[in-house]
Amino acid sequence: MRYIPNTPDDRSAMLRDIGVSSLEELLEPIPAELRLNRPLAIADGKSEWDVRREVMELAALNQSAMNRACFMGAGSYDHYVPAAVDALGMRSEYVTAYTPYQPEVAQGTLQVIYEFQSMVCELYAMPAANASLYDCGTALSEAISMARAHTKRTRVVWSEAVNPAYRRVAETNNVALGIKFDCARCPDGSQSHEALSMLLGDDVAALVVQYPNFFGVVDDVRKLVARAHSNGTLVIFVTDPMAMGVLTPPGKLGADIVVGEGQPLGNYMSFGGPYLGLFAASNELIRLMPGRIVGVTKDVDGRRGYVLTLQTREQHIRRDKATSNICTNQGLLAARATFYMSMMGPTGLREIGEASARRTMYMMDKLRSVAGFSLPHRGPHFREFLMTVPGSAEEFVIYMAARGILAGVPLTRMGLSDDRGILVALTEKRSVAEIDAYVEHAATWLQGGAK
Amino acid sequence: MQSETQLIFEQSKSGRTGLQVPATPENLPRYTPPAGLARESAPRLPEVSENIVVRHYTNLSTRNHHIDRDFYPLGSCTMKYNPKINDEMSALPGFAGLNPWQSPRSAQGALQLMWELSQSLIEVTGMDAITLQPAAGAQGEFTALLMFRAYHLKNGNVRKRIVIPDSAHGTNPASIVLSGYGVTQLPSDENGLMDIEALKRTLDEDVAGLMITNPNTLGLFETKIAKIIDLVHDAGGLVYMDGANLNALLGIARPGDMGFDACHMNLHKTFSTPHGGGGPGSGPVAIKDKLSKFLPLPVLAKKGDQALWDWDRPDSIGSVHTFYGNFGMLVRALTYIKSLGGNGLRAISDNAIINANYLRKKLSPNYLIHMDRPCMHEAVFSGNNQKAKGVRTTDIAKRLLDFGIHPPTVYFPLIVPECLMIEPTESESKETLDEFIDVMLRIDREAGETPELLKNAPYTTPVRRLDEAGAARNLNIRFFSDDQS
Repeated sequence: MRYIPNTPDDRSAMLRDIGVSSLEELLEPIPAELRLNRPLAIADGKSEWDVRREVMELAALNQSAMNRACFMGAGSYDHYVPAAVDALGMRSEYVTAYTPYQPEVAQGTLQVIYEFQSMVCELYAMPAANASLYDCGTALSEAISMARAHTKRTRVVWSEAVNPAYRRVAETNNVALGIKFDCARCPDGSQSHEALSMLLGDDVAALVVQYPNFFGVVDDVRKLVARAHSNGTLVIFVTDPMAMGVLTPPGKLGADIVVGEGQPLGNYMSFGGPYLGLFAASNELIRLMPGRIVGVTKDVDGRRGYVLTLQTREQHIRRDKATSNICTNQGLLAARATFYMSMMGPTGLREIGEASARRTMYMMDKLRSVAGFSLPHRGPHFREFLMTVPGSAEEFVIYMAARGILAGVPLTRMGLSDDRGILVALTEKRSVAEIDAYVEHAATWLQGGAK
Repeated sequence: MQSETQLIFEQSKSGRTGLQVPATPENLPRYTPPAGLARESAPRLPEVSENIVVRHYTNLSTRNHHIDRDFYPLGSCTMKYNPKINDEMSALPGFAGLNPWQSPRSAQGALQLMWELSQSLIEVTGMDAITLQPAAGAQGEFTALLMFRAYHLKNGNVRKRIVIPDSAHGTNPASIVLSGYGVTQLPSDENGLMDIEALKRTLDEDVAGLMITNPNTLGLFETKIAKIIDLVHDAGGLVYMDGANLNALLGIARPGDMGFDACHMNLHKTFSTPHGGGGPGSGPVAIKDKLSKFLPLPVLAKKGDQALWDWDRPDSIGSVHTFYGNFGMLVRALTYIKSLGGNGLRAISDNAIINANYLRKKLSPNYLIHMDRPCMHEAVFSGNNQKAKGVRTTDIAKRLLDFGIHPPTVYFPLIVPECLMIEPTESESKETLDEFIDVMLRIDREAGETPELLKNAPYTTPVRRLDEAGAARNLNIRFFSDDQS
């Protein structure tokens, strides 16, 4: 057993010192009728090589962004992860440490989180951020329960332009708290639509807007925000951090709470996890924030140091009075995001945003010239758009995959009914040649007789 | 040389960057955000080169204690060795480059892996079905409670309370409240176990269920668990096992066989996925058939040889994670299970139990053992002997840091005064345990002879005792105190 150092002799000696004749005596508190009196029906342990071969065979069954040009997004994006992020992110000092309960020997993790919080505040132009939550869906859930706690109201208003996967998580997690959700249709892909505004009222705890929205559209939500605030409603922004080099940050648009998916910041798509939920809030909401928060302090010799702070908010102290049960952050993912944000700096963030957006505009322009394909949403996009194909979206995607392209996410996979709609995303990794090939194949598919 | 504690922001200089973005051909359209929505002042991210970033975070990393460096006996946290192969497998391009919205057909490898892991965990727990979706133990608890709630509502019962013992983890009561229930907390009996008489008195048609950790947070197996479960079932309630301490039971006894309706397991404890300085974790929930129609969406299913997602589950509670959970942790856990096999899993628990009892026996002459009888995977002491000499458990913990050892969990469970909760895990050798015992005995001597030495410890750590109250009073949680212009 290569991970267990004690030898049979060690065990005998230890049992002797314990004062028992066998392990069985130590197991005595477990009643015989509750024992599993047979070996586990799991194959015997294997050599590392055998294990590696089996797991690699599984990995090889997947079509991934590593061997296909990936145009899929909808909450998970194929941005480039620099080698230095991987190298630092594999250091066992970060990987194999626990939650920083003993700050004297966790200054590495704690300072990284403090830098992370500082960077998230800068991205979103918000005064406070936590150490991260599980993912964007859970961050939105927590934002909503926080808005409920602050306003003592139980209605939430949002629209179809908020990622349906995030909405599903937020509904599941808040159903027991009695929160009701009103969802506006967005036939034109915009949240500026009057239908959303009409749902607001003085019984609404929170308005949730996604910016840029689920369809990639950059809505101007300022009037909507003002309308919500006039009713004492908090405004929650769901905001892609990668847009923050080019777009006005939510903090400048009146956001009370901002959540986002941190995966694009130096983390892999990894089939949906582990990710990290970004979470930022206004000053007056700090003491209601969920999750870990790191603050600066001094040690007895006057040296600068870092500790977990405002812990009286948390479950291990407040127990049934706590407003959240979360007792960890996504530490390693947050560390990777910190390494990545340090490397890209303000210039890199702007350049990646522009590179992604310019490729998106280029591709949209080209697709508009392909007969049969349409782009239903007008207005400015960021790095994603909705495309309607002349036939089955699923069949189109299969056709494209055979040509080395992961063409996008059919809306039906996200539980939406439009079986011709595909969400297409572009990052700085997509080359003009890949985009051109995509458009050519799309045209060929059409000629081949789409069903 | 730069001060070790310099912040990355303090190394920033305008004009530096650590990332070169792929060029965009000139002929592509320029990007113009909508009027009024173009960012005016850039976020003040640090401007540093790649090598500055690498040096800074490498330096910072050396200021962490971690399991690869030395002993980490944090009770209930199961700080065991995290095999390197596991990390490498989760980073395989075929997994790391997988978008979560890919069709099951194009992601068969990932789905087959999740299926195989599911089957292994079902076998380990003796349950009928499982969800891998919860991202942490606390989320697993919450997921199971939502399923309990759905079960009762489906049967037309509006129940109001969940019962827990006073030794429960803090996440238990918090999860209960968030799932819409009230908390009834029962005192433990004189043996540190659930008080059956108190349980009988509280059980009625308002009780939706019981949450109990087994072995409990005192490291003791709940010997009357079958009776406890029967009582709750007879009252129409469901029973949840907090699986935080599953490392003691692998191949020995199974929650499903004990009669539990649901349990979570922490892959980041029992199944060796690394803790990452606080996450990511993973907290799958295994259940009995009667709860399966409430499983979170989507449910992993098989049709012939093909694994696929079943979304057609009208009674499902919904989703608790945006996608399918912390997939990278699932790859690690299955790799670990394949490496150990059924026989190796059993060996884990055997060795973890021997190691814990060895510490119990060797330390109990000097440290007050809370319950003087065989424990499972962890041993719980009170620091009251040392308190009588004028030092607190905190001082013992801080002094351990000077010897390169991470302290045990302290002041939990709440019912043990000056608590020290020690979990060595199966990863540690007898030699390491003997060194730890020597250090603990030395600290006990110091408590008697030089208590001031302990009260001012640690001395050798990157920083010394930190002013935690001051951090909360003068709140500083970001580098730039001013707002952007």
